[in-house]
Amino acid sequence: RAPPPRTRFLPGHTARHHRACLLELLAEALREAGLRPCDVDCVAFTKGPGMGAPLAVVAAVARTVAQLWDKPLLGVNHCVGHIEMGRLVTGARDPIVLYVSGGNTQVIAYSQRRYRIFGETIDIAVGNCLDRFARVLKISNDPSPGYNIEQMAKKGQKLVELPYTVKGMDVSFSGILSHIEEVSHKMLASGECTPEDLCFSLQETVFAMLVEITERAMAHCGSQEVLIVGGVGCNLRLQEMMGIMCAERGAKLFATDERFCIDNGAMIAQAGWEMFRSGQVTALEDSWITQRYGMKVACEVLSAKAGKYQCCLLHAALVRPHQGSGV
Amino acid sequence: MAELGVPLSGSRLVQQGAEARLYRGRFLGRAVVAKLRFPKRYRHPALEERLSRRRTAQEARSLLRCRRAGISAPVVYFVDYVSNCIYLEDIVGSMTVRDYIISIQQREKDASGLFTLAEKIGEVLARMHDEDLIHGDLTTSNILLRPPAEKLDLVLIDFGLSFISGLPEDKGVDLYVLEKAFLSTHPNTETLFEALLKKYTAMSKKSSPVIKKLDEVRLRGRKRSMVG
Repeated sequence: RAPPPRTRFLPGHTARHHRACLLELLAEALREAGLRPCDVDCVAFTKGPGMGAPLAVVAAVARTVAQLWDKPLLGVNHCVGHIEMGRLVTGARDPIVLYVSGGNTQVIAYSQRRYRIFGETIDIAVGNCLDRFARVLKISNDPSPGYNIEQMAKKGQKLVELPYTVKGMDVSFSGILSHIEEVSHKMLASGECTPEDLCFSLQETVFAMLVEITERAMAHCGSQEVLIVGGVGCNLRLQEMMGIMCAERGAKLFATDERFCIDNGAMIAQAGWEMFRSGQVTALEDSWITQRYGMKVACEVLSAKAGKYQCCLLHAALVRPHQGSGV
Repeated sequence: MAELGVPLSGSRLVQQGAEARLYRGRFLGRAVVAKLRFPKRYRHPALEERLSRRRTAQEARSLLRCRRAGISAPVVYFVDYVSNCIYLEDIVGSMTVRDYIISIQQREKDASGLFTLAEKIGEVLARMHDEDLIHGDLTTSNILLRPPAEKLDLVLIDFGLSFISGLPEDKGVDLYVLEKAFLSTHPNTETLFEALLKKYTAMSKKSSPVIKKLDEVRLRGRKRSMVG
């Protein structure tokens, strides 16, 4: 259930929710798939990043279940989950990935045997910017602030001038957010523009920034494919703008729908499966979770014997572990 | 200037970057590069016009500012604000610092010769920042070496994202952008970049708050909540 307007998801509530539902959900999933625990090959869970409390709840269940069923355990990086699912669903081979969500805004490419971040936000994520903008305008959180902004933007007509901030390959959103926080009430009160105009203007500006840094990465890497993942990737206007940019360069855009853009369990399973079949496993003592799990993943690509596809051995290096052992 | 879309008659398209198209040709008897910012159709037209004009103007202004301050940058011959095209001195035979570093690393096992280059870059950037000029898009592809490359005669280019600011935060971010570009394009060059920063610190009159801000921006990435 979405939080009321002007609020957001809280770790404690979320953790309690997970604790209450998880076992039932697990049982239902097995039932639906027609599988028993012994049929399962491995157990994949989100190692991070994310909110500490909910991550810990799920990790505890994953560890227990893995030991009960005697199955290998795999701790998966959330961001890599998005990328692997995106690649699987769309068939993109070697894309520049724009990963945009409430907590992440990164342009990632596979270069010199590694997933590398080419561009990112130097302050807040674009989804965070949109969510906080929604709070300023008291836009409903149901089903999600981003979705509501998108619908309102469709009715907007006037382009209000907003700060546009690209720094090299990076972007910055705190400036545009603070600008809007300062001027929106005045502008709405004076009738200079409508809330729909503001939604429209914000989208046009921030999405143009994202398309720009994606294009820069494409030019730098010589890539002809773009994949958008993460919750903000559901936005059709963003997809449309990216599509136009790609068409002008003769490149191809891959985007998924809300089943796979938004955080989902299947993507963790997918990434976990890729890890598992290239021989990687997470030992119990390494199965702790972390709120900050960076994207500096080293990746060795091995060609399957069939030669048809590559499987990735994902060995993620940690930027800064938040919680040590015992979680 | 003749054919539609092509700035100079008889010029040839050299490069299509993310931002602009580059044409080589002759203008008033000199070798020029025409940098044409073409319209991006994914942008709202009002936004597109604003950005293209602003970046053309900023680039021209910053290049002039560099030359007035004695910082090596191409001469601006002409600016066409209707088509958003800048006509610049063509540094014939130049090589980007990026290509130079790569070629040295491939040729020699010992890349200690690159330390002088790193220091020279630090020195140029110190002078630029002391003029309160922020480049905005520092990469090793945006610094050229006049021929012969070994003389390490540097030329700064690509000032489309530049602006004027005295704030240490802006200068710190400018260096941060270079650091990221530098280290991702040239792996294992951390000591080289350190030498660059050391020279910058020594040569710039206002360096210590800038370096402090650089450290803050570096940390910001690590502290960001990655929820969502």
